[in-house]
Amino acid sequence: MLSEGSSFMKGMALGGIFCLLLSLLGSFTPGMQSSPEDQHHHHHHIKAPTNDELQSLSEPQMLELSQKVRVYCVIMVQPKVLVYWATAKDTWGKHCDQAVFYSSESAKALEAVDLNEQDEWAKLHKALKHAYDNSGDLRWFFVARPTTFAIIENLKYLVLAKDPNEPFYIGHTMKSGELEYVEYESGIVLSYEALRRLVNVFKDGEKCPERGRSLWKLSEEKQLAMCLKYTGVFAENGEDTQGKGLFNSKSVGSLIEDGMSKNSLDVVEGCCSDLAITFSGMSPNQMQVMMFGVYRLRPYGHNFHDSLIFLPPEGSDND
Amino acid sequence: MKTLGSRCAFLIGFLVGTCTLYVFLRQVWFERTFSTRSQPDGLEKTAAQLRELEEDSKNWKKERSALFNLNHPHHKGEDSHMADELYKKVRILCWVMTGPNNLQKKARHVKNTWSRHCNVVVFMSSVDDPDFPTVGLGTKEGRDQLYWKTIRAFHYALENHGDEADWFLKADDDTYVVVDNLRWVLANHTPEEPIYFGRRFKPYTKQGYMSGGAGYVLSKEALKRFVDGFKTKVCTHTTHVEDLAMGQCMEKVGVVAGDARDTNLRETFHPFVPEQHLTSKFPKSFWYWSYCYYPISEGPNCCSDLSVSFHYVDASLMYLLEYYTYHLRAFGYRYRYQPPAPLGYKNEAWDRSEGGHSYSKEQPAIPRGPLARVESPSRTDRKPVVMPPAAAGEKDPPAAAQDDKQ
Repeated sequence: MLSEGSSFMKGMALGGIFCLLLSLLGSFTPGMQSSPEDQHHHHHHIKAPTNDELQSLSEPQMLELSQKVRVYCVIMVQPKVLVYWATAKDTWGKHCDQAVFYSSESAKALEAVDLNEQDEWAKLHKALKHAYDNSGDLRWFFVARPTTFAIIENLKYLVLAKDPNEPFYIGHTMKSGELEYVEYESGIVLSYEALRRLVNVFKDGEKCPERGRSLWKLSEEKQLAMCLKYTGVFAENGEDTQGKGLFNSKSVGSLIEDGMSKNSLDVVEGCCSDLAITFSGMSPNQMQVMMFGVYRLRPYGHNFHDSLIFLPPEGSDND
Repeated sequence: MKTLGSRCAFLIGFLVGTCTLYVFLRQVWFERTFSTRSQPDGLEKTAAQLRELEEDSKNWKKERSALFNLNHPHHKGEDSHMADELYKKVRILCWVMTGPNNLQKKARHVKNTWSRHCNVVVFMSSVDDPDFPTVGLGTKEGRDQLYWKTIRAFHYALENHGDEADWFLKADDDTYVVVDNLRWVLANHTPEEPIYFGRRFKPYTKQGYMSGGAGYVLSKEALKRFVDGFKTKVCTHTTHVEDLAMGQCMEKVGVVAGDARDTNLRETFHPFVPEQHLTSKFPKSFWYWSYCYYPISEGPNCCSDLSVSFHYVDASLMYLLEYYTYHLRAFGYRYRYQPPAPLGYKNEAWDRSEGGHSYSKEQPAIPRGPLARVESPSRTDRKPVVMPPAAAGEKDPPAAAQDDKQ
């Protein structure tokens, strides 16, 4: 009995030491996920150009950049909620160089490309392929959900100094394990090169299946990130010169209310960037108000002398 | 037999030891991270309050129950010389009609947002509050007290601040005012003119009267005549319907009801929130149709780009409107409406550079063509490049240069 008892105690002691050794070696962290210091911060950021950077460009350089920064908008809509299609068409869509609507199924009065598809990833897959095939000479692609509102001029400003013949995959980035992906809800930006590589890898059914594997289905935003990762394209977080995120997955009203509940000193300062690109979850009426707020309402006597001027679209009266 | 038993005991001991230490380490780790995150709540709150007081003292000089603007808000990277000039030349005293029950619910948000753009702000209540601060007008609270409060508030403003402002604005604690745009409207007039501006309604009076909720602004001369009117009993407390009574008095003392619309004849003072003016179809039976002095426009034409006020604005909309007006913008966007500079104000070369001809009242010519250049004379900055407008619904011509598709 005594020998068993002593064996037990010896065993316990050894077990304890064993556990300590392992945790000290660092490859074993008790319980919690790896501490922030341990994670490799492969955070890719893409910041908008500062005024000085833009001023340092010569005029021919500026002209060249301005010709490249034209945007093809991929706007996903659903026939069930026709009003979102109508609102996007009547509001922010007018500021895209080309705005094309993609729907899961056809419907009367809905002018959209019929993808004939219900699966979210398959829809995204087909829409992107269609966009690539029809892009003409447009070099930037922006993918939006039905309730997303985008300020395309601010998108152009963000990517102004970036070469679309380089791969770019930009938006509000999130992390899922080791995969960094762009949140679909707040809009996805792809450069021409990124889309070209994507369309190429679509042909590989193993790396990038058209329909997610039924057993372990990834959300379409993660699936996109994975496919792009195979081609060497990584997600980057779009930020303004101050480091504030430009892509928002909430409506502007919710973000304001968040600021108010945090009881912050300056609700407006803490809310969102002045050059925000997207807000999501906006109702059609809120989108009309945002059109007024962005493109019309302003205080007299305050001017910004931006190095690039965007003229208002033709045939429009709410901007 | 014995050795087997002891070996088992050893193994079990080993497992127990490992598990125990694992749990122990996990607990320690958890507690460590937890303690660094949580902060005593009470301390945080007082720290925030202290910060708020500090911020307040930077922005306002509190004196005689009024707030004098010290820190007219400015933006990084903006050229606000025009706004600054108007701020100096068109001095506005904003008085906000509020009450003791609404200080934290409503008036506080006015204080945090648009009132920061006034030259002087006074919060008028039935009760004195030296901390907020509010002026106690010695009335009771309630709808029937509105005109009493208004009469006393205007008297107070003239008596205590008559020399510190040229124009005197009345607003509710649920009115949002773009004070810079108000200055633009007023800059073509002088404080010696007997005139007042607001959202003009037509019934019950010859020249109309201004909606109370949408806010209205009196010139100094108009204010003097108002106060005199009560001295001479030409004006009295006729009804508690404040805006109508005000309009009747103004008419009696010879103050003109001004037209605050912009040069495109769009209204600037609004009795409702932007969403309603921009998207609602008011039913034909609604009083609004028969009240408005000028023809009503629904949809985008309802509201000037240089709108001055909106009414029925709740707390979150106050901040949202501040964000829309002073913060959120489209980079490089050249607004359709190019307002003319007020008479007597210098036409900066930059105004021309944005395609506007500042003194003309019509739409200025917009530079056309993809490579349209734009002048920028006096500045050392490079001239801005103008992008062609997106043509609605047009398909792009097929790419001529196929060589950049590799």
